[in-house]
Amino acid sequence: MAITALRMRDLFAVVMLFGIYSLLTAMFFMNLDAVDVAFTEAAVGAGVSTILMLAALRLVGRFEKPHKHNPILPLLVVGATGAALIYGFSDAPLLGDSAAPAQMHLAPRYLEHAQKQTGVPNVVTAVLASYRGYDTLGETVVVFTAGLAVMLLLGMSSPSPIPDFGSTDDQRVQRHAVKLLMPFILLYALYVQFHGDFGAGGGFQAGVIFAAGLVLYDLVLGHLHTRQVIRAPILVRMAALGVLIYGCVGLYSLLSDKAYLDYSALSPDAVHGQHLGILLVELGVGLTVFSVITLIYYAFSARRPNT
Amino acid sequence: MIEMLPGLFNYWVAVILMMTGFYVVVAQNNLVKKLVGLGLFQASVFIFYISIGKVAGGAPPIIEHGSQLYSNPLPHVLILTAIVVGVATTAVGLSLIVRIRETYGSVEEDEINSADRHAELDQKDEDNDQG
Repeated sequence: MAITALRMRDLFAVVMLFGIYSLLTAMFFMNLDAVDVAFTEAAVGAGVSTILMLAALRLVGRFEKPHKHNPILPLLVVGATGAALIYGFSDAPLLGDSAAPAQMHLAPRYLEHAQKQTGVPNVVTAVLASYRGYDTLGETVVVFTAGLAVMLLLGMSSPSPIPDFGSTDDQRVQRHAVKLLMPFILLYALYVQFHGDFGAGGGFQAGVIFAAGLVLYDLVLGHLHTRQVIRAPILVRMAALGVLIYGCVGLYSLLSDKAYLDYSALSPDAVHGQHLGILLVELGVGLTVFSVITLIYYAFSARRPNT
Repeated sequence: MIEMLPGLFNYWVAVILMMTGFYVVVAQNNLVKKLVGLGLFQASVFIFYISIGKVAGGAPPIIEHGSQLYSNPLPHVLILTAIVVGVATTAVGLSLIVRIRETYGSVEEDEINSADRHAELDQKDEDNDQG
């Protein structure tokens, strides 16, 4: 599938195939017990990134130009690298081997202590927000910075209303279906956000689902509707607020004579403090991810192709 | 080697996908396609990590009673955040492509290169005229 996608000259088809490929990858992750990851991949790969690619295609043109080049040198390089990699993994541990080095050191400790120390049954959430809180803070900042970069590159101009563009007035079914589905999508995103400590989910997934819901609404009902509900300047502040919440939780624990991002400072009961800290931090992550992705979508859809 | 093929299947998939993505990044001319290739490359790394974390007979790493064996949660955490960061960086790449298209009028690498070369030559001509 991937190879077909790359041979095609119609970039629209390439992007759609890439979306389907992402959905298949998500199922594959599900099979490998990575429920949280499958969740994220389905929402991001099949939803958000496909839409962003399509929005970009609108601006850069749908068809690739035919060109002649000599594929021998790249094929040689790629073949050599592939052969080296295959040689490298020939003595790697087998799939599902419970005695593999990756399974020996940190993982059993996390699995054993996570629930006792943080009160959160979902170990992925516990590791994400508590044990590896620094990483996640860094990643939230990266997402925030990427949003800023897109803003700087594409500008934040409000779209000039072009009446005939993207009009779906004749598509009653879609409009009604979206209006009907919208509250459930948003509610589901909130559930994923605040239930991430017990089941699969968390700030990253919830942010992406919430943003995907808004993007769907915007696609069907036309540009100016969504922008009236949530304006871009508010989104910018929300993105910054998310990072701020995360950072402030860390500062609070620092000021209470604990290590930075040690959530046991948040409450007299250490386990309860951890749980509270994870919830707050996930809220920050969710806010940032949601507003950055929506902002990026706004930036792409507000741009007009210049010919 | 051959009898170990099923057990090492995940590595084969990851390597083949990664090399496909690599080939696209190196050999294709269209910038959007290059970005799709980069996404493919990235996805192969995700598959590699997640398959490392799998424990045969294990459950998803959400603690509940009656289940003793869980898959490794650490790769899940790393890849979960990497996916979201990945879409953010892809968006930055796409917006760069949009700006390139607005400046050069093209997203084909050879056309951009030749436009650059022409601009350089013109610049040199102007310098010669003045000097």
